[in-house]
Amino acid sequence: MKRIYMDHGATTPVDPLVVDAMLPYFTDKFGNASSLHSFGQEAALALEQSRKMIADSIGAKTEEIIFTSGGTESDNFAIKGIAYRNSGKGKHIITSTIEHPAVLNTCAFLENEGFEVTYVAVDNDGIIDVESIEKSIRDDTILISIMHANNEIGTIQPISDISNLARKKGIYVHTDAVQSIGKIAVNVDELGVDLLSISSHKIYGPKGIGALYVRKGTLLQALAHGGGHEHHMRAGTENISGIVGFAKAMALADERIVDDTKHLTHLRDLLIKKVMDSIDDAYLIGHPTKRLPNNVNIRFRFIEGESMLLLLDMKGIAISTGSACSSKSLEPSHVLTAIGLKPEDSHGSLRITLGRGNTQEEVDYLTDALVEIVGRLRAISPISGKKSSFTVGSTPDM
Amino acid sequence: MYNEKVIDYFSNPRNVGDIEDADGVGEVGNPTCGDMMTIYIKVKDGILTDVKFKTFGCGAAIATSSMITEMAIGKTIEEALEITRNDVAEELGGLPQVKMHCSNLASDGLHAAIEDYRYKQNIKK
Repeated sequence: MKRIYMDHGATTPVDPLVVDAMLPYFTDKFGNASSLHSFGQEAALALEQSRKMIADSIGAKTEEIIFTSGGTESDNFAIKGIAYRNSGKGKHIITSTIEHPAVLNTCAFLENEGFEVTYVAVDNDGIIDVESIEKSIRDDTILISIMHANNEIGTIQPISDISNLARKKGIYVHTDAVQSIGKIAVNVDELGVDLLSISSHKIYGPKGIGALYVRKGTLLQALAHGGGHEHHMRAGTENISGIVGFAKAMALADERIVDDTKHLTHLRDLLIKKVMDSIDDAYLIGHPTKRLPNNVNIRFRFIEGESMLLLLDMKGIAISTGSACSSKSLEPSHVLTAIGLKPEDSHGSLRITLGRGNTQEEVDYLTDALVEIVGRLRAISPISGKKSSFTVGSTPDM
Repeated sequence: MYNEKVIDYFSNPRNVGDIEDADGVGEVGNPTCGDMMTIYIKVKDGILTDVKFKTFGCGAAIATSSMITEMAIGKTIEEALEITRNDVAEELGGLPQVKMHCSNLASDGLHAAIEDYRYKQNIKK
């Protein structure tokens, strides 16, 4: 059976060119970048060249890039690092209700450590209101952490407006750009941020490697102590093969971003239109235009996401859902709850995140599969097609 | 995540639908937690002659509904009342731990349908 992968928001396949770039660093150029001999020096050279490639890509200085194990570590590092180092100035942090768990759970951890966190709400499209951030700022606010683009519904946030606001008050701004990097322009000066998290495996690079951008002069507490790696900010022997792969993936993303954006936007809008035209009671979640070019999130009334996911998987199609039934916590997606969806509406949501390799034929195949599966599940649903004692989906315009 | 039997009962559900002149109807679950189930029964001489279901929910919810219809048909009311959530899960070869409570409602649905049947019988008397 043909398999179609449409879950690129979860992870992406590694580009063969990235694999080629990495391979020598496992076997021939395997040195420790801290060693003084030639083996170490070729690793050190690769490390610094990769750092420069990544810095150039986001408009940063080379020394402003710290390699980490990925997006989650970068988010932890940014938020805890600012909190611990600047707690003398204040203990208040502002974030939003739709952040990735790596940010939300780090903030929750800091609340237990005596920090105060304000979780700013979003509108029904999932966009953060800059005014409500402004209203949340206090004299003791030390950090604002707002994601660049949301991982579930793809909405793009007004980061530069938030940074303008924060800069006037001397508050650090962190953004999680894990979903936006490689898909839309990410430039640290245009965004005006002090810290920015990125990850390799979302952009056709290997897993286990990411970076935190830290603007020069930012007061950040190191969390991993040891041998003085990464300018004494993150100890541990560098993952050279991963770093080389990450840099290559960034370079490829920059090279291809114009074509990718055109291709993905076309497929995204085609998929949305086809589904809306062929399936009743289906609604787009998130902002129609201020969203990542590859993100589609649609909810189908009267049916549940995990059962849709399973049936699609049987047809070889890989997607994800915001349904509580598919989460370990059995809670509906916090993002869908934050944009005002009732649990019964979140249950029927599907996230389709397209990638470079997807085609129009695959979009057609997915649409046909959805028509069949949605029809099949609605036929066995007790709340579909008849008046019922259960009330579901009273907000069809959302 | 699910074993082959669960996937089979989910993707080829048995006894789906409603029974228009059902002798008892049981509705369990709620939309907030994401699983809702309606079980319809026909009873003759104290024996369940037909059982059908309609379910909104995850793979486990549909598979357990599907399974309970097979388990209940041909049983006496007393025997059907003895079927537990665990029996259904066991008959399916096991369910993921996380699904044992929320989605394993089928026996509750069956019992609710029997209760409805008994209530209606009392009214008739």
